[in-house]
Amino acid sequence: MTINWEAFTPWSSLGGGVVIGLAVAALLLLNGKIAGISGVLGGLLRPRSGDFLWRAAFVLGLVAASWIYRLIGPLPALYIESNYFILSVAGVLVGLGTRYGSGCTSGHGVCGLSRLSIRSSVATMIFMTTGFATVYVVRHLVLR
Amino acid sequence: MLALSALCVGLIFGLGLLLGGMTDPAKVLGFLDLAGGWDPSLALVMGGAVSVGVLAFTFAKRRTQSLLGAPLHLPTARQVDRRLVLGSIAFGVGWGLAGFCPGPALVALGTGAPKAVVFVIAMLVGMRLFEILERGLK
Repeated sequence: MTINWEAFTPWSSLGGGVVIGLAVAALLLLNGKIAGISGVLGGLLRPRSGDFLWRAAFVLGLVAASWIYRLIGPLPALYIESNYFILSVAGVLVGLGTRYGSGCTSGHGVCGLSRLSIRSSVATMIFMTTGFATVYVVRHLVLR
Repeated sequence: MLALSALCVGLIFGLGLLLGGMTDPAKVLGFLDLAGGWDPSLALVMGGAVSVGVLAFTFAKRRTQSLLGAPLHLPTARQVDRRLVLGSIAFGVGWGLAGFCPGPALVALGTGAPKAVVFVIAMLVGMRLFEILERGLK
């Protein structure tokens, strides 16, 4: 394994992580909710009364984040390598998989690990390992 | 009040994702590519988030109500079952193919990038498919 030191951004990534942690803490302590994005978004697709507004507001906040960021400085790079076909397949897998597995990087990853849940740790290990394996297959076997 | 706080929290969450580098699929794939030139940055995003999260959950475990008076229920599911395993595998494959997980995809949607729009639509189709498989067409 070689580390790409030029791409490594320890301080902004650590700082971004702390900000995410603060958001998780705020949603938990103010709203009493787990900041699991697939769960919040998925819940919008089966609305129950009294449960819709906070979900929609949270999602809107995420979508609007880049507009606020732009007021402070230039947006960081956003380079999407995959073509439209791959993105469509990947999107369906992410949507279906996170709902079936009850969580994604935020719900199982950040929140689950933070509350020391074994179930979430297993889920996180599985999707990380599968992510590593997928990139290996795509980059080093298929596109070699 | 709860909606307003959710909106602000969503914004802060999104700013954290942008700052941390999670919204750039190229950077995410650089993290997932252990055999290439590995970029360990995103491990620090997770580390930073969890270190704050641990404190928040430790505090929340002793409460049944949030500071704004909403009920505070922590997840109770503990079992590692087929759904968890298969779902997480499917998610991992999709994440590895595109470099997007749900949060960063929503933030990227806000930038108007056409590819992010397509990814989010496909993700919503996947989530809707789950509802149909679970509950039938309604």
